[in-house]
Amino acid sequence: MSGLLSGIWLYRHFILSSIRNEFTIRFARSKLGGLWMILNPLAQVVIYALILSNVLAAKLPGIENKYAYAIYLMSGMLAWNLFSEIIGRCLGLFVEQGNLMKKMNFPRICLPVIVLGSCLTNNLLLFVSMAGIFLLLGHSFSASLLLLAPLTLLVVALGLGIGMLFGVLNVFVRDLGQVVPILLQVWFWFTPIVYPPTIIPEQYRPWLNLNPMATLTQAYQQILVYRTLPELGSVFPVAAGGLFMLLLSFFLFRRASAEMVDVL
Amino acid sequence: MSLMRVQNLGKAFRSYRSEWQRFARWFGLSVKPSEEHWVLRNVNFSIEAGEAIGIVGQNGAGKSTLLKLITGTLQPSVGRVEIRGRIAAILELGMGFNPELTGRQNVVHAAGLMGFSSDQIQQALPDIEAFAEIGEYFDQPVRTYSSGMQMRVAFSVATAYRPEILIVDEALSVGDTYFQHKSFDRIREFQRQGTTLLIVSHDRGAIQTLCDRALLLEKGMVIKDGNPEEVMDFYNALIAEKENSKVEVKKHDSGKAQTVSGTGEAKVTKIALYNANGEPVDFIAVGEQVELRIKVEIYQPIESLVLGYGIKDRLGQVIYGTNTWHTDQVIIQPEVGKEYYFIIAFSANFGVGSYSVVVALHDRETHLSTNYEWRDLALLFNVFNLDKTQFLGCSWLESKITVDVL
Repeated sequence: MSGLLSGIWLYRHFILSSIRNEFTIRFARSKLGGLWMILNPLAQVVIYALILSNVLAAKLPGIENKYAYAIYLMSGMLAWNLFSEIIGRCLGLFVEQGNLMKKMNFPRICLPVIVLGSCLTNNLLLFVSMAGIFLLLGHSFSASLLLLAPLTLLVVALGLGIGMLFGVLNVFVRDLGQVVPILLQVWFWFTPIVYPPTIIPEQYRPWLNLNPMATLTQAYQQILVYRTLPELGSVFPVAAGGLFMLLLSFFLFRRASAEMVDVL
Repeated sequence: MSLMRVQNLGKAFRSYRSEWQRFARWFGLSVKPSEEHWVLRNVNFSIEAGEAIGIVGQNGAGKSTLLKLITGTLQPSVGRVEIRGRIAAILELGMGFNPELTGRQNVVHAAGLMGFSSDQIQQALPDIEAFAEIGEYFDQPVRTYSSGMQMRVAFSVATAYRPEILIVDEALSVGDTYFQHKSFDRIREFQRQGTTLLIVSHDRGAIQTLCDRALLLEKGMVIKDGNPEEVMDFYNALIAEKENSKVEVKKHDSGKAQTVSGTGEAKVTKIALYNANGEPVDFIAVGEQVELRIKVEIYQPIESLVLGYGIKDRLGQVIYGTNTWHTDQVIIQPEVGKEYYFIIAFSANFGVGSYSVVVALHDRETHLSTNYEWRDLALLFNVFNLDKTQFLGCSWLESKITVDVL
């Protein structure tokens, strides 16, 4: 474990410059360049807000604001986007970087860390544009907003844990690269992001507690939509689960490191 | 204490009946792999600072696996590699360069990948830029580069910091001649400062001029470790080796090792050098008219016979060679039991020094399809300067110098 951490520390400049390069490459040769980093998520938020409130006139029970449903949806998406982006990118990471791993000797742990850095940056930009639009629409936030930071860490732990696990296994069983995105879609619809949990029949609702992402998106919604504190009691088991997944995937990553290069 | 020690190194690629068994093994269950494929076995050698070692072998002999184990991208299955110092590899130049980034950004990225801190990189950047000599292109995206320019930048980063061990692939013969010379100068400079070179190549010339030792890998084992000329001769014989062919290494009178290989349908029975008066000689003067006379006997029926010969300098570099395929003198279906006499007349326009003759008997253009006999160091002779102007080098190029006062 300490080997992994010291590898990250030694290569910190490389990791930072890799994250920077990733954005540079994405916006290279576009006129607006880095501005797209904020324009993209902004457009996403604006489209949701306008269409859901004015065209579909969707309402959220319990809140008067016309834009309430859009705000509800975006809050859940903020958590889910980070989660699924981390898993999606970790899944193919080692396969895509196989050539580099075969030719250069560097701490392999840098690869997921770079992915994490760029996913977090994307998420931060999405949050900033979202918060800006919410304020424009007359929605306000409370001090509970600060809790988003530790919640983001939980999403990261869970996402990175699952993503690295499948990323490592995908090197050996390539079918996972196809199966996991499908599972993620199913998972998305089993998480109350698009719909409020209240529409689930009463007797099935406890099942939601088995879905850690349901707990996390609900916490996001509590903070961003209802301006209240999330239930900490339900978050702790998720935190424990996330930490467990993270440790398991790191253990697997260390065990598999040598063999991964053999197979790639 | 040597710079690098490879002890009992071996690498096996394992496959399992099911990938689940592989996963189970990570969690401590003991599972037998269904198949083990050893690509490298029992490799032992050590390297001292400042040595230059050539690694030769046929495709699939295990050269790249050995290099990957040395650089640390692959983990050995048994044994270990001990290294004191940093290793740099000029293997895949330009690996990981992104076409959308500028040369400078790619340099920073590549140097970071090699493990240098941003201070070290910033310090070395001006030197890297100067060495690449691509002017203002350095701050342009790499996609606008020619392949030669990309190589220049890649080489400059790869060698920006002097490593203790430098691995050089044969791919080094890229780029323009000017830059090739420049990069070789840098490699030699590193070597003078104590860097050990590991050179992988099929090119006999490169190995013999650069290396003072060579390792021959065959089927995952080091089958020869020694003087480059001897190893290359053996390698040459090996690539022509066929069934019921044998490779024989004898100690020549001169102390050098002589390699004879081939299937033996035809053999050289006599070879000698004669001067203009028809006397056998082994000392000749620069520019003297001489004849190389070779007697070949046929032992078994063969389709065709080609005689090839080459004259090598003392380092084993061929300075001239041809064969009767190129001169349109192939003997079709030579008679069994007969002897054929070849007389090759030429002027000994060589520089002063000692030379050897290699002869080969085969059926076509090269000795690679069939090899009746290949004989290294079949003959040795010396050239001395009797009546010519004093000169340097391996060839006598008569010149006339005129000087005018203007």
